[in-house]
Amino acid sequence: MLELRDLVSAYGPIQALKGISLRVEEGEIVALIGANGAGKSTTLMTISGARPVLRGTIRFAGEAIAGDPPHVIVARGIAQVPEGRRIFSRLTVRENLEMGGFLQRTRSALEEDLKRVFSAFPVLRERQVQLGGTLSGGEQQMLAIGRALMARPRLLLLDEPSLGLAPILVQHIFRIIRDLNRQGLTILLVEQNARAALQLARRAYVLETGRVTLEGEAAALLQDSRVRRAYLGEGE
Amino acid sequence: MDILLQQLINGLTLGAVYALIALGYTMVYGIIELINFAHGEIYMIGAYVGIIVLTLLTVIGFAPAHLALAIFLALLAAMLVCAAYGYTLERVAYRPLRSAPRLSPLISAVGMSIFLQNYVMLTQGSADKVLPLALPTEGIALMGAQVSPMQGFILLTSVALMAALTLFIRKTRLGKAMRATAQDRTMAALVGIPVDRIIATTFVVGSILAAVAGVMVALYYGSINFFIGYSAGLKAFTAAVLGGIGNIPGAMVGGVLLGLLESLGASYVSSEYKDAFAFGILILLLIFRPQGLLGERVPEKV
Ligand SMILES: Nc1ncnc2c1ncn2[C@@H]1O[C@H](COP(=O)(O)OP(=O)(O)O)[C@@H](O)[C@H]1O
Ligand SMILES: [Mg+2]
Repeated sequence: MLELRDLVSAYGPIQALKGISLRVEEGEIVALIGANGAGKSTTLMTISGARPVLRGTIRFAGEAIAGDPPHVIVARGIAQVPEGRRIFSRLTVRENLEMGGFLQRTRSALEEDLKRVFSAFPVLRERQVQLGGTLSGGEQQMLAIGRALMARPRLLLLDEPSLGLAPILVQHIFRIIRDLNRQGLTILLVEQNARAALQLARRAYVLETGRVTLEGEAAALLQDSRVRRAYLGEGE
Repeated sequence: MDILLQQLINGLTLGAVYALIALGYTMVYGIIELINFAHGEIYMIGAYVGIIVLTLLTVIGFAPAHLALAIFLALLAAMLVCAAYGYTLERVAYRPLRSAPRLSPLISAVGMSIFLQNYVMLTQGSADKVLPLALPTEGIALMGAQVSPMQGFILLTSVALMAALTLFIRKTRLGKAMRATAQDRTMAALVGIPVDRIIATTFVVGSILAAVAGVMVALYYGSINFFIGYSAGLKAFTAAVLGGIGNIPGAMVGGVLLGLLESLGASYVSSEYKDAFAFGILILLLIFRPQGLLGERVPEKV
């Protein structure tokens, strides 16, 4: 469904991605793990068209999408829940969701999607007239996911959805991700919480300073000694 | 005659015009953190289009017989022309510099301001352009003061436009997208908002408001020149800073306050220093309260 080949991206003179190749098949959850600064967020932003592709290709559903502006990529069916959630804090919860559905052609389609998101996240319905900035961290994460779903994506890019949340909420968010996937949504999941991500995903990639250093079945990576040492906090 | 009340009415009229222009500064700043120094020139072009259209209509005998319709046509023409100028300005002078260092678009803005002034001076001449027809002067008496027809027109039109703008920003899909883009441009793009188109729309809306202000000032004072955008622009910019740059209600409040201060200052302190009030206020603001009365964000130093 999604395939990156030798993707290079940079911030000015600093190459953040030094030739990344990965793929996500329809229906999968694929995890992307790695230390802080490895280039995980940059990878997602480049897929979304918010960072330039300096070299390499991105194919989605059989078409080359590198170079498309972000709104075109959303229209193609890729939505992102970015790191830090980036809620529009001075828009209401409902307006945040409406913006997620900005490309929805008709009023009735928008209303229908709002209903769907509200029934998946009842707390958002209760808070729909509140400003986004007044929500708690967990509620903001649900809003960010709900906002992305409003675009009716086929592929969802999730950047550290568990960041800064209490353990009970982390579990809740991971359950939501699993449910979304069971309903047919393909997911590329970036996580610091490598154990949880590897337990949820089918396959995974390990990123180190802009390069993919390991890849494979998530279950196998969970057993891999290098992964256990570096990302699961275990000794020899 | 009640001098205080009269000065308040005059000040409100002036303030309404400042507010309309200030909105253009503040909306553009809110969305791309740029002080669009050429915005005063858009207002000046609006005034020229207004006078040119009224002159044409007078020559063919349409005005002053159908005065209201003639003014409406002048406003419409100015709005269309200024919308086109504002759009082009953004496309040509700012969009190519979107990812350049912050100083580059600012220099481009100053350059466009000078260019447009000279362009109008060369094509329209440097002499004052005068309104070709006499407008009704019979005002309404109000508790010892006078509201002239033009003042009434300016006040009503400005209030209507500001109400319409507020509704547009609050309630429409495009208005919400403008607010989202102003808050987080990258995130706006990630939800599918075509950010460049939203920015262009912001310029167009601001230019339309400036066009109306230009035509109204041309009608109010009866004469204009290629330089009026400079001082009106600086004052409207002061009004925007006064209200808190980037803040839309702030620009409205700031414009009205500045108009009142100028008008009261001119009659109670000294009319010779009328223009100095605005710049004094601007300097004091930038030193003591750069975020303005209603603003939260501190504007970049320029
Ligand atoms: N806005 C930026 N400007 C300059 N460098 C950046 C910027 N964002 C990230 N980087 C650099 O790019 C590299 C990858 O960052 P990022 O993709 O955020 O990593 P991760 O998400 O894996 O923590 C890091 O070295 C980081 O310092
Ligand atoms: Mg990151």
